[in-house]
Amino acid sequence: MREGNARAVGCDGKEKTMNALNQTAAKTSTGLMSILFVALIGATVMFVAGHAQSATLHDAAHDMRHATGFPCH
Amino acid sequence: MIQRMLAGGLIAGFAAGLLGALLHFAFVQELILLGEEYETGALVHFAGVGEGAAEASQDHAEGEAAQGHGDEEDGGSALTRNGLTVLFTGLIYAGYGLLLVAGFALAEHFGRRVEARDGVLWGLAGFAALQLVPAMGLAPELPGSVAADLADRQIWWFGTALATATGLAALAFGRGVMPAVIGGALLAAPHVIGAPLPEGFHGVAPPEVAGEFSARVLGVGFATWAVLGWLAARLWSRDA
Repeated sequence: MREGNARAVGCDGKEKTMNALNQTAAKTSTGLMSILFVALIGATVMFVAGHAQSATLHDAAHDMRHATGFPCH
Repeated sequence: MIQRMLAGGLIAGFAAGLLGALLHFAFVQELILLGEEYETGALVHFAGVGEGAAEASQDHAEGEAAQGHGDEEDGGSALTRNGLTVLFTGLIYAGYGLLLVAGFALAEHFGRRVEARDGVLWGLAGFAALQLVPAMGLAPELPGSVAADLADRQIWWFGTALATATGLAALAFGRGVMPAVIGGALLAAPHVIGAPLPEGFHGVAPPEVAGEFSARVLGVGFATWAVLGWLAARLWSRDA
């Protein structure tokens, strides 16, 4: 199986290296985007549950806001 | 990658949030309710001790502390109120959990693996950045206390949380003198600037209750964050 793959790439070592580099760069970029995405969701949840000042949200989250030390009202 | 972060952060967050809610009802809720009795005037600070009682009642009418708490006026039952507290405590810790695992992933991206025992330190750093250090300027507010303008407090709170988290990260992961200096400066900056304070201290709740409340809030946060960090890192390292 491994030999078959090696033959499929051929003997152009340079092309293979470039592909590998491109793949690594793409993976790194995707990884950082995912991290940023998850951090943004976390921050949004924290803002909406802890800090947003809509009256309904404030009343519903009231005790939690006091009990986590957020500025409440 | 993204599934690993979302699943780990949310599961650890909601589980820690349930513990946080349990500790909240064991230590904190009774003081919130007591504070509200002073806030609504059902109890009066200095009652029977002298003329201070009348002044305290007057302050209540004027103070910012009288705002909010529509939930009780709307006739919401204690069950609804406490159910919402459990829900929102779970939600807020889920948010914290997502921020923590994003941090784990960033550390791993730069070649630093995060194990369960590291997670405890991460959790305590999160506690410091989002609760302990902001509390140095803006102590957890017992109902019946007064505080400065809300928008000013929120800006200082967010700035402090961000500066503290970045400063701690610079100290923990930086190499050489410069990151340490920058980290130290970031940790100090919010306190050099100073938190917004009210113009006068005329809260209607007794300071003894407010002090006890602040200490309990921080103690509950400390325990919950430590468990959150440990659990999130355990799930994170298990899925690696």
